[in-house]
Amino acid sequence: KQWYQRRVAITAGGIVTGFRRGQRNQTVNNSLVKIEGVTTKADTEFYHGKRIAYIYRAQKSRKNRITKRETKLRVIWGKVRRSHGSSGVVRAAFKKNLPPKAIGATVRVMLYPSRV
Amino acid sequence: CKQQHDQAVVSTQSGHYGRDPTEDVKRPLTNRRKVKPTKLRSSIKPGTVLILLAGAHRGKRVIFLKQLPSGLLLVTGPYKINGVPLRRVDQAYVIATSTVVEIPAIANDKLTDAMFKRKAKPTKNEREMFIENTSEEPKISAERIALQKEVDAVVVPAVKKVEMLPSYLRSKFTLTKGQFPHQLKF
Repeated sequence: KQWYQRRVAITAGGIVTGFRRGQRNQTVNNSLVKIEGVTTKADTEFYHGKRIAYIYRAQKSRKNRITKRETKLRVIWGKVRRSHGSSGVVRAAFKKNLPPKAIGATVRVMLYPSRV
Repeated sequence: CKQQHDQAVVSTQSGHYGRDPTEDVKRPLTNRRKVKPTKLRSSIKPGTVLILLAGAHRGKRVIFLKQLPSGLLLVTGPYKINGVPLRRVDQAYVIATSTVVEIPAIANDKLTDAMFKRKAKPTKNEREMFIENTSEEPKISAERIALQKEVDAVVVPAVKKVEMLPSYLRSKFTLTKGQFPHQLKF
């Protein structure tokens, strides 16, 4: 493939580090996401409001409503709500709460809605 | 509050303060809402190179022409350069770069929302009646193609004047290893 035909990466990567929690209780509605390259609270400001996609594989294939293709990949969409702490971690809320197996899994942080 | 004021205005207009017991007519409140297009980001000006973030053309760099009354942005590839036609795009799905191309103002009556709105699919009843018509319509109307040529005839020469801009528009935006969007200056 030519260089101009290769797939473009227009997402930032992130890892789900867990749910928002105190020592003994956790709020499953909110997940914590560590976005690659973001190490300070000031850096997270760019990502506020950005959409996040948790993509996972399933056994059965489904027809994707938009691309109309059969696929085994499924998405849970969410968004970055606010920063969490001072080291660049971010709080996210997903349309459906993330399953526990998502902890440690990669997540794609989109660049939209864009404010640049 | 505004609603109370409106209701007071309505009741004074009838010449009676408070509700007239003989008149049980409900008057609608006056709607003073003016529809305005979304506020355009200060970084987006006519001729700005934008990066499309989603959709079929994600990653492509296009030229911003103008904001339509609906609030959507009208962009063009130009089509010959990167295959993006005259298209409407939402501001939130676009990153504005600092590159601005000098384009002469395009005053074209046909560049409106109505031109780009999707044609409603024929309903089931209509389809049964006019089965022969569905295969006739070409995917892109001749009108659109002509409009594209008209607009690009103005935009393409302006793009070619700038050094390396055509190949810049032909390339796509990607993030490579070690590049993080919050650190980039667009």
